[in-house]
Amino acid sequence: MAAQPARARHPTEDPAWVKVLVIGLVALFLGLVLILPLAAVFAEALRKGVDVALAAITTSDALAAIKLTLITAAIAVPFNAAFGLCAAWAIAKHDFPGKALLITLIDLPFSVSPVVAGLIYVLVFGLQGWFGESLIDHDIKIIFAVPGIVLATIFVTFPFIARELIPLMQEQGVSEEEAAVSMGASGLYTFWRVTAPNVRWGLLYGVLLCNARAMGEFGAVSVVSGHIRGLTNTMPLHVEILYNEYDFVAAFSVAALLCLLAVVTLVLKSVLEIVQPDVKRGGGH
Amino acid sequence: MTISIRSVEKKFGRYPALNHVDLEIADGELVALLGPSGSGKTTLLRTIAGLEFPDAGQVLFGAEDVTFASAAARRVGFVFQQYALFKHMTVAKNIAFGLDVRKGAEKPSKAEIAKRVDDLLKLVELDGLGSRYPSQLSGGQRQRVALSRALAVQPSVLLLDEPFGALDATVRRSLRKELRRVHDATGVTTIFVTHDQEEALELADRVAILNAGRIEQIGTPHEVHDNPVSPFVCGFVGEANRFEGTVSGGRFTSGAVSFGANGVRDGAAVGFVRPHDLVLDDGGLEVRVDRVHVQGALASVSARAADGHHIEITTSRADAPRFSGAIKVAPRMSHVYPA
Ligand SMILES: Nc1ncnc2c1ncn2[C@@H]1O[C@H](COP(=O)(O)OP(=O)(O)O)[C@@H](O)[C@H]1O
Ligand SMILES: [Mg+2]
Repeated sequence: MAAQPARARHPTEDPAWVKVLVIGLVALFLGLVLILPLAAVFAEALRKGVDVALAAITTSDALAAIKLTLITAAIAVPFNAAFGLCAAWAIAKHDFPGKALLITLIDLPFSVSPVVAGLIYVLVFGLQGWFGESLIDHDIKIIFAVPGIVLATIFVTFPFIARELIPLMQEQGVSEEEAAVSMGASGLYTFWRVTAPNVRWGLLYGVLLCNARAMGEFGAVSVVSGHIRGLTNTMPLHVEILYNEYDFVAAFSVAALLCLLAVVTLVLKSVLEIVQPDVKRGGGH
Repeated sequence: MTISIRSVEKKFGRYPALNHVDLEIADGELVALLGPSGSGKTTLLRTIAGLEFPDAGQVLFGAEDVTFASAAARRVGFVFQQYALFKHMTVAKNIAFGLDVRKGAEKPSKAEIAKRVDDLLKLVELDGLGSRYPSQLSGGQRQRVALSRALAVQPSVLLLDEPFGALDATVRRSLRKELRRVHDATGVTTIFVTHDQEEALELADRVAILNAGRIEQIGTPHEVHDNPVSPFVCGFVGEANRFEGTVSGGRFTSGAVSFGANGVRDGAAVGFVRPHDLVLDDGGLEVRVDRVHVQGALASVSARAADGHHIEITTSRADAPRFSGAIKVAPRMSHVYPA
């Protein structure tokens, strides 16, 4: 056998200088595009001290915006979790006519600009919209009100959970379900006891991504909200208003809070990946 | 439970996966469905289980027509090719699943279920592993869990799809014996699918040989091995030297090879001779020995006829020294079919 090379290198491994260069470039890019702006947000928020920043996020308008954002996420995320689970189950485990169309439809929110998504709802439910008059007759307000914001958020965050679950369920196949059914389990029992537990980590992962987007959505929500302070402003909209009013410290304080929520989500996601390394495969035991 | 499959047809798209299949299985029998990959074994097994419904024909359990009954209603125990164990449940929960799903009066008490799980774990020699997860078991152990899970519901029939396919040779052999033992202990009518003829011949009471969606022959391991009804069965079950030639006047000839073919009509034909049916005979065909390979009590001899045709001979180890250089051999038994 030939002598070992001084330092065994994996066959697919590149020379050291290439690695350093590539990693360095990525780090530089991330630093400039991600870390620096993020740091700037916090720096700006705290420029006049913690007290001022805290005061900015505890004004009644800010609190209302925070509350609305949390309510919106609290409705949109469970809805999309339920829908995503059903859609993924139908698509991955069954064959039916129109399946390809359904898959395409699920992706629609990804390919449509959020502004367009918002406009669709205005067109349908707005004053001049298709259902505008009958909604007024029944005293139901959707556009420029909370229901519109929730609907727009649901639309935009629609694909996250379904997209996470479909490949996972497809990969797992149907043999466990067949085994359950052959032992006398009903369809629903099989779904809750076999299908759902097998994708629980993937589901949680999708929920986190969906939640992050639901809280941060700007475009679609901006169109349907009407920007009524204390009533229909979510946190991203509130940030914009404060910014347009040159109240930079307040704007950045609320933005920093929004960032913190996102960071918490990402930390949870990372923790999940560490404790459950095969989360992407949905494994578990 | 007797099982009758009558003229069952099943197409996937335009491709017939099962073509007019008839099969009668007696109560308590252990039957192998043997055939090459793609011959329709899994489809037939799934049709019996109620996981697939035939386009035509009938499936009967006893006297009852279950052709379109659901899998759940048939009370079959099914062992899937890749076991399909519930990954997120312990071994005990896996085995108990079929009892846990029952409702009302049919559902055994917790203590009864626990007892049944314990008994089954003992039956397949997995005592003490009930609290493990499938990912913590070896392939052979998973297979046993799948088997006991299928048995837990006291099925009217036990169906196994390539139960040993994913295991290495040693584990495979020991599990074969195990399946036979479990079958004899429970007496449950059992059908298993395999593409391994050795496995089928060793384990089954009767073997059904499938080819391209049809059953070519069904019989005891002896019958299908010694009296194959078609060239396909002859070539698929057991080893055989194959010759292409012609029959004329009750004699088959293929180059230098020639042997009797009583009752076969004149014309193109294909002949088979099993390696252990070739014996030394001064009036026989002259062949040249290339290699002798000893395997336990037997010896395999690779030889070549004058026309270059490769010939395999099996003999006893004691006789092996006589097989060297140029020798003359003749078949003491052969199978000839019109081509
Ligand atoms: N769900 C299916 N869809 C389409 N074709 C199938 C399906 N299942 C089986 N087939 C086809 O039917 C034939 C028989 O398959 P199968 O019963 O799985 O064979 P075996 O188990 O003997 O290997 C194969 O040609 C296979 O491609
Ligand atoms: Mg198969």
